[in-house]
Amino acid sequence: MADSQEEKLVSIIKEKFEDQVVLVEQLYDFLTITLKKDRITEIIQFLYDHPDTKFQFLTTLAAVHYPDNNQIGLMYQLHNMYSNERVRLKIYLPIENPVAPTLTNIFAAANWMERETYDFYGVIFEGHPNLKRILNVDEMIIFPMRKEYPLEDQTREDKEDDMFGR
Amino acid sequence: MGGLSMENLTATQNRNISLGEKPEGIEGVGFFATSLEKVVGLARKNSIWPLPFATSCCGIEFMATMGAHYDLGRFGAERLSFSPRQADLLMVMGTIAKKMGPVLRQVYEQMAEPRWVLSVGACASSGGIFDTYSVLQGIDRIIPVDVYVPGCPPRPEQIIDGVIKIQKLVETESLRRRDSPEYKAMLNKYGIE
Repeated sequence: MADSQEEKLVSIIKEKFEDQVVLVEQLYDFLTITLKKDRITEIIQFLYDHPDTKFQFLTTLAAVHYPDNNQIGLMYQLHNMYSNERVRLKIYLPIENPVAPTLTNIFAAANWMERETYDFYGVIFEGHPNLKRILNVDEMIIFPMRKEYPLEDQTREDKEDDMFGR
Repeated sequence: MGGLSMENLTATQNRNISLGEKPEGIEGVGFFATSLEKVVGLARKNSIWPLPFATSCCGIEFMATMGAHYDLGRFGAERLSFSPRQADLLMVMGTIAKKMGPVLRQVYEQMAEPRWVLSVGACASSGGIFDTYSVLQGIDRIIPVDVYVPGCPPRPEQIIDGVIKIQKLVETESLRRRDSPEYKAMLNKYGIE
């Protein structure tokens, strides 16, 4: 995406949602806009409908755990198929109450992505039609990709801690 | 007679074949007497029907093992059974995720006695490199295992070695072993029956 297009996109967002934009940055040549979490679906719907943005494809949706800030970052990657432009939107949720609105009303593809994000990070997507674990066993009581959990299986007995760097 | 003469037969015979060893017994002119257990053991040993439970790269090694070059069929295990009800030997080859655990256990429970289990490779035996929340740390946590084959993945020769060790168990197993209280206690330990 050329710089002018990016500036145009940022100005379109800022025109309507000036107070929602926290940070605009280029991360690894990828326009990343950090937003406040409250009006995120409204903004994504706006970018979907707006004739100059038309972000009508959800490439991916994922979470990141930031243990130092006690936050969970939620990242949406959108694609404009008409002009091949891409943008990443990011919001932060508090770890005690990681609740975000669902995107399933805008993108049907968000259904499984949100289930996966719930499965691994425990993000609650309000309004999701079927928010349950998708990959891990149903009996699992933790959200394993959060950094508060050790990666190794704690039930194994055949490894000596000294030899395996625990 | 020509082509069927005795000399021609011996000339074309494959002399690398070894036949099953005759069990201990009393022999005389026209008769041979031995215990039923030994005959059954001999028959079972040389006609094992394996059920391949292959989930990853060890399964690929198993395919080589069944192929023409290594040919597990030489040991009487030619016929794979994809129904657990007709299988004698459960060969678990590959990483078993915790979510797969109940499935593996059900397959084992569906097998008829007598049944044996061969755990092929580091993952099936101990979880291997997958020391993580989603992987079962060895299938012996859910089902009893008779022989473990180490390796990551083991070569076909190692898998054949494991099968030969299973054959030894099959051959020497007492006919009453599966009725013994020790065996029942062992199964109970796994919560089976």
